[in-house]
Amino acid sequence: MTILVFAEAADGAFKKSSFEAVCYARHIGNKTGAPVVAVALGITDAAVLESLSHYGADQVLSVAGTSFDHFDAQTQSAALAAAAQSLGANTVIVSNTYSGKAIAPRLAVHLNAALASNVVELPSLDNGFRVKRGVFSGKAFAWVDMNADSKVIALTPNSIDVTRDERSASYNTMNFQPAVASRLQVTGINKVSGKIPLTEAEVVVSGGRGLKGPEHWGMIEELATALGAATACSKPVSDMGWRPHSEHVGQTGITIKPNLYIAIGISGAIQHLAGVSSSKVIVAINKDAEAPFFKAADYGIVGDAFEVLPRLIAAARSGAQQA
Amino acid sequence: MKILVCMSVVPDTTTKITFTDGDTRFNTQGVQYIINPYDELALTRALELAEPVNGSVTVVHVGLADSEPSIRKALSIGAGEAVRINAEPTDAQFVAAELAHWAKDKGFDLIMTGRESIDYNSGAVGGLLAAMLDMPSVNVITKIDVQGGLAHLERDIDGGRESSQCSLPLVVSAQKDLCEPRIPNMRGIMAARTKPLAVVEPAAGGAKTHYQKYELPPAKQGVRLIDPERAADLINILRNEAKVI
Repeated sequence: MTILVFAEAADGAFKKSSFEAVCYARHIGNKTGAPVVAVALGITDAAVLESLSHYGADQVLSVAGTSFDHFDAQTQSAALAAAAQSLGANTVIVSNTYSGKAIAPRLAVHLNAALASNVVELPSLDNGFRVKRGVFSGKAFAWVDMNADSKVIALTPNSIDVTRDERSASYNTMNFQPAVASRLQVTGINKVSGKIPLTEAEVVVSGGRGLKGPEHWGMIEELATALGAATACSKPVSDMGWRPHSEHVGQTGITIKPNLYIAIGISGAIQHLAGVSSSKVIVAINKDAEAPFFKAADYGIVGDAFEVLPRLIAAARSGAQQA
Repeated sequence: MKILVCMSVVPDTTTKITFTDGDTRFNTQGVQYIINPYDELALTRALELAEPVNGSVTVVHVGLADSEPSIRKALSIGAGEAVRINAEPTDAQFVAAELAHWAKDKGFDLIMTGRESIDYNSGAVGGLLAAMLDMPSVNVITKIDVQGGLAHLERDIDGGRESSQCSLPLVVSAQKDLCEPRIPNMRGIMAARTKPLAVVEPAAGGAKTHYQKYELPPAKQGVRLIDPERAADLINILRNEAKVI
């Protein structure tokens, strides 16, 4: 009854969300006595692999034998299924990232497992295996019973605390050859360098129509840089082409749950609030004291973004220098 | 080219979500239903790909008879035929198993879904279906062109975009930017009335989860307003009281 965690890597190191997934597995392991095995695909650097033991992995398994340099959900899920089967693992935790979401369903089919994605809290094990997942695009949550011996869980990043739990882990390798040759060929990757990906950000600065035009986005970016934040926008802003769709948060955009969400010049329509309401702390800045966002916010400033933003940028920068 | 578009029907995006029966059921009273927005993008792009090569676009939906107005809308947008698998869509695994069972011997070259439904947000049906049919799958695509049996794709990845190519058959899930949704015209609406909408009974089974209880996000305690002249105080509060920066 082993718990397997897929430790997703980017640029040769594990993502913070992978350590979070290990912590999630550790919690389950502490309750059930099951060992936690973190599985890495194509990562062989011993120091990198060791980082997984800091968060509670009892064993680290490095899978090699085929190239994992380019992402193919078919190959990666088959490799993880082979690892799960060789270890007799019945529970698999992945991060609910773009890659994790592509892998989890395929893995569930391989393992004949119950699947829950978009999971936001530790499971309840008192009566079966019950997880909490986000539904209605952030407008609600559901407690879901997973009724199968095997389970695949995709954990939304920034859902639980990442706490250190040092283990003297054992290290193993496994050779994997896909039964079906990959038909997918990656031809190019275009990463926005130097920017924090919105889906992984702990702080997000977001702008709406109140900014009046794309030429004013410099202020949003300056505040984001000073706070180490990612930038986002409302639906009208992406619909008008001021910002790319990939920055649109809301019901038909991305649902995020950072520690801090700062909304500037966004009124707070129900569809927008759906995408951000799981943020731990929400700040609304709007000229209109009646803007619905103030009802959903922890802190608010009723004022003109063009006057308030420079003050915030200056204050954020001075603190950043002291730190 | 034979394209299959898997379509779900969801509450309109302006819906205020509430629950009944001790928070165990979604309250459907007064709710307007629409085609899942991402599925509508998949359908539109499927039509754009099929039309120049005289291909076909079939829409399939797992749901009860009350979904038929949305299925007719899909036909009025331009799908050639539709199939409704007559069952309540209880979870992603149930839906995918029904879709796979129905589609497995139909010879589709390309199967398209939305990247997720905006009600249950599993984002899983495409991947489940692909694994069940033993096909490759590419999620959250923002671009697809097909030439000589080869799909050229772009997809969102964390912090950027990736381009790739893959031979057919293939399962993809649609993300924003894929196309502009097509609005049905009068001719399409008239034509949709006589297009075939077959109803088949479920055959596969396969739900592995049970939705036990729902809850709404906790209400906020009330906003603490900060004087705009002293906006810098906000940064101090976030740093020292809320401790989020």
